[in-house]
Amino acid sequence: MSDIFKGIEPLIYESKINVPYSWWAGDTASKFFINLRDEKKIIAPRCGSCGKVFLPPRKVCPACFTENTEWVSVSDEGTLVSYSVARRKLASIPADKKLPVVWGLVKLDGADTAILHFLDDVDPGDVKIGMRVKAVFAEQRTGGIRDISHFKPVR
Amino acid sequence: MDRAAIIGVGMTKIEANKSRETFADMAWEAVNKALDDAGMTIADIDNVVTTSSDFWDGRTISCMAVGDASGAADKNISCIEGDGTYGAFYGYMRALSGSYKTTLVTGHSKGSQGVSSLLTNAAFDPIYERGLGMDMISACAMQANAYMNKTGVTPEQAALVSVKNHGNALKNPVAQLPMKISVGDVMKSEMIADPLRKLDCSPISDGCCAVVIAHEAVAEKFKKRPIWVRGLAFRTDAFFFGDRDLARSNALAAAAQDAYKMAGITDPKKEIDLIELYDAFTYQELLWLEEMGFAEYGKATELLAQGQFDIDGALPVNASGGLMAGHPVIAAGLYRIAEIVLQLRGEAGAHQVKKAKTGLAHGVNGLCGQSHCVWILDQER
Ligand SMILES: [Zn+2]
Repeated sequence: MSDIFKGIEPLIYESKINVPYSWWAGDTASKFFINLRDEKKIIAPRCGSCGKVFLPPRKVCPACFTENTEWVSVSDEGTLVSYSVARRKLASIPADKKLPVVWGLVKLDGADTAILHFLDDVDPGDVKIGMRVKAVFAEQRTGGIRDISHFKPVR
Repeated sequence: MDRAAIIGVGMTKIEANKSRETFADMAWEAVNKALDDAGMTIADIDNVVTTSSDFWDGRTISCMAVGDASGAADKNISCIEGDGTYGAFYGYMRALSGSYKTTLVTGHSKGSQGVSSLLTNAAFDPIYERGLGMDMISACAMQANAYMNKTGVTPEQAALVSVKNHGNALKNPVAQLPMKISVGDVMKSEMIADPLRKLDCSPISDGCCAVVIAHEAVAEKFKKRPIWVRGLAFRTDAFFFGDRDLARSNALAAAAQDAYKMAGITDPKKEIDLIELYDAFTYQELLWLEEMGFAEYGKATELLAQGQFDIDGALPVNASGGLMAGHPVIAAGLYRIAEIVLQLRGEAGAHQVKKAKTGLAHGVNGLCGQSHCVWILDQER
């Protein structure tokens, strides 16, 4: 804005935000993850008032504003609601994933809401909304969302 | 109900990399422009609302760090994290509270200093989603696929939004990316996440915008014709994508209806003269217009192709170039408000639209338009 800075080389202070941080998964996600890890089973909480089954699991039904108290098993198969295919190596993509990376929004049979995950074992050009997909569990399971490796088309 | 008006606006030029200016330097420029515009000095301002995002700024309580350059010393300063339209919403409520007469609202961010993909990945749920590595572009590609699958709108049709808005930006001196391009240029640009190509995406940007909101008791005491807030509302959809209908935006439809009701608008197509909306991606301009009632669902592309949303069309949309021509996150919605104010005053210069009595400004918070804020601004009370 002012001439007194004319000819000044703009300097840059290089830094990095790197703060260790732990997210406690809480009771609800822990129960879900333990079932993935130990049983290769997908379970979800159900609202006692409206009966909706929620994935990803959460403690409270947003519509009824009541606590979900019941757990039900849902299928490892479901329907693809939408998808996304990354062609560029976005900085957010995990190091172990190769391009193109495909994500799906999957509504499992028995659930009323859809969950995000990877789609794989499929040519990105063949991905279609409405296609049937099935969960593939990871060989090494540690109690997290990637205990499901990905979803693949049902053939 | 008491009334409030916007009586001053200031915008820095939106740029890819403002390496010569800190956050506070940008705020200093935008605030002084807004004060000059209003014919005020900082002594005429009785409180300040700053809007910013800690993650984008790379610091904790980022909004407090720009207070000095915003003239907030010894004043009541409050902070909003989210789009600038929400900071301004809060500023408007302060005006209506009876405790404040003149509120200065700022919004700033610098996309150039961080890594957009990592910053927007951090908006996903850390327990269930973040580790899957999606970011804003890949998420909005998912919404674009849902929208196009449901409506039959094609990427070529959506590309025309990019052509129009980059073209409009040729007439806007604060725009970052004025470009004369064709649909073919958009379709040849790099595919980032199907169906979104590089020219379907708004750029990474730096910028700061400031507006002055005044209670009706003092709104006419300064230099500029007040631009009155007639309608204002926001609504928020569920956080998880899988809880929403991603092909629609129920929150925007509801926010628009609330804002029209407050403004006494029954036929928005006839009663609103121009729109500045949050076109972070090409398909969004179409979907947002449809949800606000300016076209049937899936049909905005036809009106676009007819030229109805051009600067000289029946309903100019993003005459400024919109976010396509510059997307300083957080500030972007406040720029939309400032642009409507300039248009309604007849001060928009080369991108001035002909009929501009009533305008709509729109801002978005959250991934894939989780929350929407709709402003109806008017020349008259
Ligand atoms: Zn319920």
